[in-house]
Parts: sequence; structure tokens; C-alpha cells
Amino acid sequence: MAKHEYAFYPGCSSQKGASASNYLTSVESMCKTLDVKLTEIPDWNCCGASIGYAEAGELPRHVLNARNFALSEQHLPGQEIVATCAACWLGARETRERLTLSDTLMSDTREALKEAGLTINEMPNIRHMVEVLIEDLGFDEMAKHVVRPLEGVKIAGYVGCQTNRPFGVAGESFENPVYLDKMVEMVGAESIPEYEQKVTCCGGALAFSEPEKAQAQIKDIVESAYDHGAEMIVTPCPLCQANVEIYQGQINKRYGTKFDIPVMYYSQLMVVAYGGSAKDAALNGQVIKARRLEEIAAKPVKR
Amino acid sequence: MSANTAVAEKYRNNFLKEIEEQVEMGDWVKMCMQCGVCSGSCPTNFQSAWEHPPQELFMMIRAGKREEVLTTTSMWNCTSCYNCIVRCPRKLPITHIMHGIAEYAHRIGMAPKMQATRFFSGLFWKNATKTGRVNELKLSMGLYFKDGFAQGIKNGMAMQAVALGLVKAGRLNVMELFGGHKCKDQKGIQAMLKKAYEIERTRKTAKMAG
Repeated sequence: MAKHEYAFYPGCSSQKGASASNYLTSVESMCKTLDVKLTEIPDWNCCGASIGYAEAGELPRHVLNARNFALSEQHLPGQEIVATCAACWLGARETRERLTLSDTLMSDTREALKEAGLTINEMPNIRHMVEVLIEDLGFDEMAKHVVRPLEGVKIAGYVGCQTNRPFGVAGESFENPVYLDKMVEMVGAESIPEYEQKVTCCGGALAFSEPEKAQAQIKDIVESAYDHGAEMIVTPCPLCQANVEIYQGQINKRYGTKFDIPVMYYSQLMVVAYGGSAKDAALNGQVIKARRLEEIAAKPVKR
Repeated sequence: MSANTAVAEKYRNNFLKEIEEQVEMGDWVKMCMQCGVCSGSCPTNFQSAWEHPPQELFMMIRAGKREEVLTTTSMWNCTSCYNCIVRCPRKLPITHIMHGIAEYAHRIGMAPKMQATRFFSGLFWKNATKTGRVNELKLSMGLYFKDGFAQGIKNGMAMQAVALGLVKAGRLNVMELFGGHKCKDQKGIQAMLKKAYEIERTRKTAKMAG
């Protein structure tokens, strides 16, 4: 039996061929090393994300998340739900909070769920993968598996918004969370605690609908990473990763910059440090290739 | 009678009451003490300035500026970064109030029709709930073709390099256009959402009557 078991909520962007499929691949490799067993919630659905607000309304949005709770309870009783995506985690946690605080919302939700033949008896705990790593495993346990430290690589820890606000990771501040820097140090790389854009918003969904506004923010995030001498950026959020990585070419055109900095997931750094191959870490999923990590991943491990 | 006329007649000169009863988290509006921390913390207000930043919207609601509040593009600038929520000294759930006012303006047909984020927001929800899971390719295409076919092709061309990069990295699948990921129990999802909308509508109408 695995050391830790959870009901897994991967989210839409993690699916095969979707924008964060590289995140899922690296999380799976990482969990194998750490003996964490993730069992996908059967037939899980989209959380609605914050951007669905124009049509979502209050109850439909919570019912959507509650369906996942019900499925998890039915198929994986007693297991906490773990999400890798910031928006999935936030959406589900918000629903958990609202339903817990309002009997009316709870009974309305139960009534709507009945239409899908589902019910909720117990409210599940909703965890983000980084919470599992930090709280259930701990930094010492994570560090134990490092066999190929990312020595000499300077990495800007970009936490972003939704992994950090409004819930965040327990014990961390909203203005200057430090866990991501600690994870960078844990894999043997050099962190940049003074990186002042670490909680700046990437523009979220506005990167699609009003790109000029989002790209102004992304420019600040990338520029500051360069100013601090970073070779790459690391983040725990799929939308942060995509927005900060894939629009660098357009930002270069708009502002005359020469941005070309890789944006990684914490799980990718960990897989390489744990001795995994470039494929295990899904380095082929980068739009801006992380050459330095590819080189390290090709080196033999220190056992 | 349009949805807007019905509520406008019911609430007459009490726009604050209308917001309190009809908008998610609207009953928090009166708690605002006009410190402006939300407006100063908002990334899109900082970068490109909202027509009316959150604290201004709160005062306008209390002053009964119904038309101006419901037709502004302001709330649609929200990136859902939640900075205003965590910084508000009175703990107003500002992000949710912004989404709530936007949703209400959209519901009664007062929101600016062609505002890009309003359009995208509706598109996202429909895309996600149609099959239970987001189809990223159809979502992007839907946005590019919002202003017609010719503009759609132009938008698509402008995004060509970005899209190609994603396809090469295995993070965008052109086959998604012909199906793609979906939930098995789509019927159940539709039925449950239909019920949820019904219940929500009934509750809002009851508030108007009461």
C-alpha cells in the first residue's frame, strides 16, 4: 500500500493534449518516487473556474463542484481530494466553504444533485498538491529523494494568485509566501527570495479576452525574473505557467523585449532532481525549452 | 416587460436594496468604508484604470447610480486575483461582489454587449458545462470568431505562432475540434444544472416579492 492515498482531481487543463498535460506527467513521476497514490475521481467535471461567472450564478457553480465531491465520496470514501490546478482547488474549496456555512445552499445543492442520482453526506477536505507535499510529507521527506541536485541553477519562484489567495497555504503570508523558494532550495537550486513579482497576477483569463492588459502584467513578472538573474521561472499553477510562457513572443513584439525564459512546474524540477529522465519530467512539453534542465536530466545520478 | 424593467420598477429608488437582494454577496456593499485599498491593489486598475474601481462602485451603488454601475465595463476587468479580498480591512469578499454585479448586469441584459471578457466568460461556462469538461481549442476558436469570420481568421493568424508552439509541445490537440474530452454522464450534469438554475431563479424571485 502507498504511504499516502488521495482522490485525485486533475482538472481540464491536465488532460491529454491539453495545455497543462506536461504538469500531469511530471506530477505522476514525482508521486511515484514519493510513494503517493492518486486515484482519479471517476467522471470528474470542470470546476467552472472563476472566469465562468457571467453565466454560472451561485448555485449552479457550487453544484458543479459538489458533483465531484459526491463522486469522490461514492467511489473513494474517506479520501481527501487533491487538485493540482490552482483554479480547481480554489473553486472546490470555495464551494466546500460556502456549503458548510449555509444550510440553504447545502440543501439546494443536494436537491440539484439528486437529478444526477448523487448525494453528499460528508464534506471532503480539498487539498492542493503543494499542501500535500509540504504538510503531509514535509521538506525533509521531499529532500531525501534528491539524487541529482540542480546545482548552480537560479530559479525565480512565481507563486501567482490562486494558489496564494484567498486561501493560500497555511502559515504562509499572502504578500510574501516562501514555500516555493524553499522547494527550489530543496532540489538543490538557488532561489530568489527577493523576487518582488512572486505574487503578481498573470492576468488570468484576460490573457485570452484582453491580451494587452494581461501581457502588461506578464511583462513585469518576466522582466523582474531577468533582473534578478534567474535562468528559469517555476510556478505551481497551470494558468500562470501557460500565460507566462507562451506569450513571451507576443510581448517581445509589443514591447521590443527579448524574453526567452523557460517556465516550469515545481514537479518538473523535482522529477529531474529525483533522477528522472527528461521524458519523466515532461520537459518536451515546454514551448520555451529548458535546455539547462535537459542537460542535467541527461547526466548520471549520484546514488 | 424586460428583465431590467421588472427589477427597476420593483426597486425604484433603492438600488442598494436591489444589489443586496439580487447580487451574490451584495449585502456586503454597505460595509465598505471607502479606504480604497481594493482599488490600489487591483492589477488591471493599476495597469489600465477601471472606469470605476471597486470602492467607487460601492459608493455609486449607495448613491443610486443604477444605470452607470450596471452598464460599466469596470467589473469585467477583474482577473480573479483575489488581492482585494485578502487586503480589505473590513473583509469584504470584493472579488465575489465584482463577479456578482457583473453576473447580475449580464442576467438582466444591462452589461456592455461586446465587452470581450463578458463574452469570454459566457463562452467559458457554456464550453465547460456542455460536456462537463473544457475544450480548450473550441474555447479559443469561439473567442477569435466573436466579431465575425474575417476578423476570426485575422485573430487566428495573429495567434499562429503561439498555437504552433503549443501543438509542437503536445499541449494543443487539433483533433479536439471534432469531439475531445468529455464526461460520461452528460445527461446527469445537464439535469442537475437545470435544477440548480430553477432553484436559484425561484429564490431571487421570492426576494423580489417579499
